[in-house]
Amino acid sequence: MSDTQTIESLVKQPYKYGFKTNVEYDYFPKGLNEDIVNMISDIKEDPDFMREFRLKAYRHWTTMRDPLWANIKYPRINYDKIQFYSAPKKKPRLDSLDEVDPEILETYEKLGIPLSEQKMLAGVAVDAVFDSVSVATTFKEKLAEAGVVFCSISEAIKNYPDLVKKYMGSVVPYNDNFFAAMNSAVFSDGSFVYVPKGVVSPMELSTYFRINNEESGQFERTLIIAEEDSYVSYLEGCTAPMFSSNQLHAAVVELIALDRAQIKYSTVQNWYSGDEKGVGGIYNFVTKRGLCKGDYSKISWTQVETGSAITWKYPSVIMKGDHSIGEFYSVAVTNDKMEADTGTKMIHLGKNTNSTIISKGIAAGNSQNSYRGLVKISPKAANSRNYSVCDSMLIGDRCGAHTFPYLEAGNNTSSVEHEATTSKIGEDQIFYLQQRGLDEEDAVSLIINGFCKEVFKELPMEFAVEAIKLLGIKLEGSVG
Amino acid sequence: MLTIKNLHAEVEGNEILKGINLEIKAGEVHAIMGPNGSGKSTLAKIIAGHPSYEVTQGEIIYEGEDLIEMEPDERARKGVFMAFQYPVEIPGVSNSMLMREAYNEIQKEKGLDPLDPLEFEDYIIDKLNLVEMDQKLLDRNVNVGFSGGEKKRNEILQMAVLKPKLALLDETDSGLDIDALRIVSEGINKLNTKDNAVMLVTHYQRILNYITPDFVHVLVNGRIHKSGGKELALELEKHGYEWVTANTEVNGEAK
Ligand SMILES: Nc1ncnc2c1ncn2[C@@H]1O[C@H](COP(=O)(O)OP(=O)(O)O)[C@@H](O)[C@H]1O
Ligand SMILES: [Mg+2]
Repeated sequence: MSDTQTIESLVKQPYKYGFKTNVEYDYFPKGLNEDIVNMISDIKEDPDFMREFRLKAYRHWTTMRDPLWANIKYPRINYDKIQFYSAPKKKPRLDSLDEVDPEILETYEKLGIPLSEQKMLAGVAVDAVFDSVSVATTFKEKLAEAGVVFCSISEAIKNYPDLVKKYMGSVVPYNDNFFAAMNSAVFSDGSFVYVPKGVVSPMELSTYFRINNEESGQFERTLIIAEEDSYVSYLEGCTAPMFSSNQLHAAVVELIALDRAQIKYSTVQNWYSGDEKGVGGIYNFVTKRGLCKGDYSKISWTQVETGSAITWKYPSVIMKGDHSIGEFYSVAVTNDKMEADTGTKMIHLGKNTNSTIISKGIAAGNSQNSYRGLVKISPKAANSRNYSVCDSMLIGDRCGAHTFPYLEAGNNTSSVEHEATTSKIGEDQIFYLQQRGLDEEDAVSLIINGFCKEVFKELPMEFAVEAIKLLGIKLEGSVG
Repeated sequence: MLTIKNLHAEVEGNEILKGINLEIKAGEVHAIMGPNGSGKSTLAKIIAGHPSYEVTQGEIIYEGEDLIEMEPDERARKGVFMAFQYPVEIPGVSNSMLMREAYNEIQKEKGLDPLDPLEFEDYIIDKLNLVEMDQKLLDRNVNVGFSGGEKKRNEILQMAVLKPKLALLDETDSGLDIDALRIVSEGINKLNTKDNAVMLVTHYQRILNYITPDFVHVLVNGRIHKSGGKELALELEKHGYEWVTANTEVNGEAK
């Protein structure tokens, strides 16, 4: 039976999970059908508009197929085997950190994410999403004083339904692509940020995503709205334990920047990537898109992708406002049997819009690392500019690096500049540094960090340090 | 300081060094001369520990220790320094940062405190003057976009910073114009003390007008065919390398 048939037959099944709202689900049936979507809506106590959004997305999803155009190979995913919702057993609606399940807190401690007041010193507010549910958001009060809303998307749906209704799906429509449609149907939680007019967020906002349940997928949804003249910097970290099976992660992130607003979104992604034989690891299919809605607005994506067995991810910017700016800074590292197909789309709609793409791909082991990027300059986007640099570095000779740049230039007052290089980390470079007294490991990490410097300098300090460490761990022993 | 005995080495199965013997003592300057492709760079790289070359016979003893089994970085930390014929570019790594890291590795080896960036800046100023190098080159990425001459100066700057016991200078003169050659040579002379030694690799006699060697060795086809004092360099200049091999080689084998 094909996947679509399986799904269809499931859809036709009678509603056998006759639950009502307010039921505590420790266990959740696998697979996806309309009843499952309704159950999620029940648990979430969704308002009608939300339930309708989910169902519309679900129905559309059943007409869609997995995208197959990317330069990645993986067995067809059996969506019947996936649990589309999973929550920690204790009810996670909490007023303070003291109420969080101590085991979950311990997990975060192990991850080096103290949810404690220490983070305050670092100026970071943290929202943590454990499997599918947001467990704690710190520093709400301090942010509230400034008027910044930072909460889980579930809370936002309850407390700020108008904002959610207005903006959710406005950048990534429910029918945008297969995984975005799936996310729109089943998203469980995620983060919500609202920065009012003229406010500069007093601290960096941060979310840590954690997949903990072997059979569950994670489908979080993030929505960030920056009103006129506001600024926010948002950090996202991701980890998952090791399982010999693959877990699906299909997130959607939408950013909206109004006139003169700036959003800086940084990710350090370290999902489990499988072992050296390619067993296990996260399948990461993510749709991230920002809309520079207002004039002179700016959205900047910085990502350091070190994990996942499969990465399928193209954080994009639509520059609708005149003079708006889109930026994409990316380091993608693949090792062992990992495959990454990642890049960006810069869509120039407004006049005098400006975009920059800096992509650094590092491939080691038997991995495949592809950059895929689209620069589209619409006929009305007069005097627009794009500057792209796509550099690849190969470590060893069993891996591959590929670049797929696409360009659509719709007028002749705009300019596009594209540079691409591929280099091999050389024995002579390593020897040179060793000759200066650095051991091999330090030599390699210096070369790699040098290669990624233009991207790392875009990261907030503590994230940059973490990223450098991660790269070292990822590439350990792959040279020489 | 350095004793090389019957050193044979090959790369990809080709024998390049065919029995080298060399003794370098503290305070001495040795010039290694020879035509292109004779194995001069190979000799220097093997002393420094380049992984592409395999030592098949012989030994290299430095300060009483066998170098052959030592990692290149360990050799460097013990005072072996090589100024490269073709210094490599390292994008994104600042020149001063690399030098500070390298300096601090040696400090650590000696059990001394590392210098922070500000202290290091003070330390390096004199060294810059020594090779008359523009301070701007410190903030640039290692050798990226440097002219040939700047690369060579930068190598000697690193030597001045790291103060090695044994400096292996590979064709430092090539790529330098006459003024730069004089400046760099004078810099090298100032770094020479009775406690360290220099092995100067060159195929021109020109640099020897500025740096006076105690010994000159003529390396042809992987062997040292002749050794002598500084006069030997002038004779070579006059007669060419064939003069040496004609005297010492029978059927391609050294006598
Ligand atoms: N890494 C290498 N791989 C192959 N051949 C090499 C390598 N290094 C040196 N050789 C060969 O060894 C010989 C000596 O080279 P080299 O030491 O660079 O000479 P010199 O410095 O005297 O000009 C040359 O024939 C050169 O082609
Ligand atoms: Mg040479």
